[in-house]
Amino acid sequence: MQLFYKTMQELKALIEKEIRLEWRQRYALNGMILYIVSTVFVCYISFALKIKGMEPITWNTLLWIILLFTAVNSITKSFTQERAGRQLYYYTLASPQGIILSKIIYNIVLLLTLSLIGLFIYIVFLGNPVQNLVMYLTAIILGAIGFSSTLTMVAGIASKAENTSTLMAVLSFPIILPMLSMLIRLSKNAMDGLEWNTSYDEILILLAIDAIVIAISYLLFPFLWRS
Amino acid sequence: MKKTWWKILCVVILFYTIIQGLGGIVPRQPILNETIRNVYFHVPLWFGMMTLMTASMWFAIKYLRNGNIQDDEYSVEFANVAIFFGILGFMTGSLWGQYTWGDWLPKDPKIIAVEVGLLIYSSYFILRSSFEDEQRKARLSAIYNIFAFATFIPLVWILPRLTDSLHPGNGGNPAFGKYDMDNSMRMVFYPAIIGWTLLGVWITSLRIRLRAIERLGSN
Repeated sequence: MQLFYKTMQELKALIEKEIRLEWRQRYALNGMILYIVSTVFVCYISFALKIKGMEPITWNTLLWIILLFTAVNSITKSFTQERAGRQLYYYTLASPQGIILSKIIYNIVLLLTLSLIGLFIYIVFLGNPVQNLVMYLTAIILGAIGFSSTLTMVAGIASKAENTSTLMAVLSFPIILPMLSMLIRLSKNAMDGLEWNTSYDEILILLAIDAIVIAISYLLFPFLWRS
Repeated sequence: MKKTWWKILCVVILFYTIIQGLGGIVPRQPILNETIRNVYFHVPLWFGMMTLMTASMWFAIKYLRNGNIQDDEYSVEFANVAIFFGILGFMTGSLWGQYTWGDWLPKDPKIIAVEVGLLIYSSYFILRSSFEDEQRKARLSAIYNIFAFATFIPLVWILPRLTDSLHPGNGGNPAFGKYDMDNSMRMVFYPAIIGWTLLGVWITSLRIRLRAIERLGSN
């Protein structure tokens, strides 16, 4: 119990640090929001102006691709924004498990914010064919959890190499694909307004994948952190 | 003799498989016809690939535990041969698909899963090539190896079973063993799995020895 309490406290401190860091460099956050807005606007210009009304499947897939790229871009910096010296300092202070969990949780919050803003703008510009918004939001939440847990670990690996951003995309896209296909399926169900019980399979699998990824990150990160 | 018995076994089994595969008697099924012989080649190649990938991950874990660079070499070479087997399985499968489903590359979750698997292992090699330092390269690629394997498994084993698939045993299709294969086919099929897997291990061990010689030569 004592240990649990201590871990929680460490986690809280680390997450607070991440948020404070982000708040101090607000240009990065604003940059990400602007990134999502301008991407949506590009889609709006290239799709909606020419063709009146998009196919629902295109609408859905396009949104997820935008969210995926936003996630990759925003999480890439989660290990590179702090200098090596400071990371060494954290290394002496905190446990590696605490670091990875705090980064994952922080990234979940960040991605959730970005995705919700993105969804809102997307709906404003490209219309709203979603029939079951609650289920769609569930998909967004599960997506944020899955993306951030996978990408945080990959960002940790990629940050050790020279060409971080290329490596980030190359390493993360293939392993995020199963999750993405499930998310697209779940959100398509939500768009069609299907009953909840038709989508339990997808939700369960997404939860399972998220759990596997978080567990593996938790186990493997100490090895990554040591180098 | 102690170390060569499995190589002899491998050769014997593969000869048996090839002879049976080309000349043996197989049941004639609608649509499948004679292409059912491919079951001795295509399916065991996948099994072999999965075994080799598992071995690769196993040595990655071992490397992380003790930091012995030899384990890293094992891990890489297993991954290498797994990709090779994957490509072979892909080709035999595509050929088979052309004659039974009428398409070289039909849209099928299993095929997509394997394409993704090949992508994952290709990026594994990209990751390896971007580090100079040997220990660092070994550690990071081992981490990625384990991580990728853990996300790859649901893709290959779980997703195809939930969606519509052309493959037997998926999406409500009956599994192969139930109806199409008779007992005489099974007598070839199960050894074939062992034979192809052994061949993969053999190739891997040769490559590992080649690496060891190269390392000695460069020192």
